Amino acid sequence: MSRQHAAWLLLAPAAVVLGVFFLLPVAGAFALSLTDYDLYALADIHNLRFVALDNYWALLHRPLFWAALGHTVYFVAVGVPLSMLVSLCAALLLHSPLARCKSLFRTLLFAPVVTTVVAVAVVWRYLFNTKYGLVNEVLASAGIHPIDWLGEPHWAMPAIILFAVWKNFGYNMIILLAGLQAIPAELYEAARIDGASAWRQFRHITLPMLAPTLLMVGILTVCGYFQLFAEPYVITEGGPLQSTVSVLYLMYDEGFTWWNLGSASAIAFLLFVIMFAVTELMLRIGRKEAGT
Amino acid sequence: MIALTIATCLAACSPHTDSHTLTFWTIGREGEAITQLLPAFERENPGIHVVLQQLPLSAAHQKLLTAFAGDSTPDMTQLGNTWLPELAALGALEPLQTRVAHSPIVHPDDYFASIWSTNVYDGVLYGIPWYVDTRLLFYRSDRLKAAGFDAPPRDWTQWRRMLAALSHSQRGVYGILLPTNEYEQLMSLALQQSDPLLRDGGRYGNFESAGFKRALTFYVDTFRLHQAPPITNIEAGNPWEEFGRGVYSFYFSGPWNIGEFRKRLPETEQADWNTAPLPGPAGPGASVAGGSSLVIFRKARNKQAAWKLIEYLSRPDVQGRFYDLLGDMPPRRSSWSQGSLHNDPKIQAFREQLERLKPTPPVPEWEQIANEMQQVAAQAVAGDLTIDQAAADIDRRADRILEKRRWMLDHARHATSEAL
Repeated sequence: MSRQHAAWLLLAPAAVVLGVFFLLPVAGAFALSLTDYDLYALADIHNLRFVALDNYWALLHRPLFWAALGHTVYFVAVGVPLSMLVSLCAALLLHSPLARCKSLFRTLLFAPVVTTVVAVAVVWRYLFNTKYGLVNEVLASAGIHPIDWLGEPHWAMPAIILFAVWKNFGYNMIILLAGLQAIPAELYEAARIDGASAWRQFRHITLPMLAPTLLMVGILTVCGYFQLFAEPYVITEGGPLQSTVSVLYLMYDEGFTWWNLGSASAIAFLLFVIMFAVTELMLRIGRKEAGT
Repeated sequence: MIALTIATCLAACSPHTDSHTLTFWTIGREGEAITQLLPAFERENPGIHVVLQQLPLSAAHQKLLTAFAGDSTPDMTQLGNTWLPELAALGALEPLQTRVAHSPIVHPDDYFASIWSTNVYDGVLYGIPWYVDTRLLFYRSDRLKAAGFDAPPRDWTQWRRMLAALSHSQRGVYGILLPTNEYEQLMSLALQQSDPLLRDGGRYGNFESAGFKRALTFYVDTFRLHQAPPITNIEAGNPWEEFGRGVYSFYFSGPWNIGEFRKRLPETEQADWNTAPLPGPAGPGASVAGGSSLVIFRKARNKQAAWKLIEYLSRPDVQGRFYDLLGDMPPRRSSWSQGSLHNDPKIQAFREQLERLKPTPPVPEWEQIANEMQQVAAQAVAGDLTIDQAAADIDRRADRILEKRRWMLDHARHATSEAL
């Protein structure tokens, strides 16, 4: 037996598992997206029609799909930078030599990540309540009129973004903190001797040294945020006026509420293509930055 | 080897059932109450052991369809009657006509006709009504009296006049609460019209009919005149307490709220509220024939035992106890002539309404269409669409949803004509 055969043999268990539980379902889902598989087809397979790309075509003509895509892009475009900014600030604060009780704060700031999204979402629904919520109470003390967070289509998504940022920033914070700790102290020392201000140290040492970590964190966060689902599902149920329906929410509704598995699979593949394109773009930009 | 592992697992993992166990799924609150009715049934039928599984309402629909797809349906289940056409179309349910014909207990004539008819799909009977759910008005009799009205409204004109007198939106007081994400209210108003909601045998939407537009206009006007706040039930939070405080004088809801109001409002306020049949465009109107039925699955192992349990739960005395436990209203007239059902003044409006029910269109897609209807109606409430635009949009959406059904119906017709 050659070495190559042995390698394949050792890989086989993993490859089989990957094939059976990942590649096969993906291929099946793609095949499904070319049909109109629904309740009637579930009853009798003869009711299944092959529709080629009709599901995709119909989706591209459906205002709700574009609206959902718009909401998702809005969530990603505002949520990802905000989330990374908060993570970075928290990491910098924890990394500062002036910080006390570091491990305590690290645990506290990380706590939201390990909580159950459904449980805390219910709590946040109360915080956002127009009449009795804490958020509006705080705003009122600053003289701001109460905001109908979850009832006003323009405010529902910002409310969801706030919740998601709070829920997720701790995870990136830990990764960025590790990145910060890996920067050699000599660099800062040399900069200080040269008389660089704190801002210039951050701009010319911390950021460049942290760039690979930031890129990775950015890509992971973008992927995660594109799959927005649990937050609107629990907090707003997609409302008000469907202003928080995300692409994944639409897919869930199509597939599991109404059992239109054909068109739900098509949504899944469209989302996959979009996410693939965005991450590819981010990687290219990252490589170009690194190259210059 | 993998196939072998899977096979062993399937054998081991499948629930252990023998001929004496009866698996019964319940949905929502009913699962709690029924545990108190089952011991008596098991005493009467020593050979049968009922295994109960309680599904939460939010997950029930998905669970039923998944169970059908995965070939793991129980013997019998509680089933909302808007879901019945769907499972009947799937061929998942056992026809019950012959069993009813020989039953000493289940008499179709004793049931409210509209409720019975929701269990018939394509001319075949698939379910026995268990309890009825309809929507009507809860109202604050003291506030109505203070505004100079001695009786609840009988028609829309009176209703509109009362709503106007009882609403002061600047002070945050509204005539009625109509959560904009619940379709039952608009649907009830629409069912009062003589125009059907779908046309051509459920092939197309009929939302541009004069009748539906009339209902939609009345609904949307209630918001435009600030007689109802444009909020969803998520924001409404605790409507019972707000009804008690007089934020709303009317509340458009179902029978379970009789129990809620009794529980949540203080003793001193109990005389201040009552229920009234739904006002119609001209005189007392119809309301939606909702509720749940009991059905047997076609693949049930224990159909005879399941039917016995259905008969037991259909007995007027058992239905009376069920009402006392939970407040679910019985679908049989004879169940209403006894005990608290006969005496309680607050439920007599329901008794009256039950004679004036209208079923929803018996197509599997109905719930999806009703959801789309409400989404468009919410846009009209927000002022984004006129009545005509909204009606046209609902028709467009309904026709898209019904596309497969049209193909199915035409396909079946072609098949029969070719066979001839």
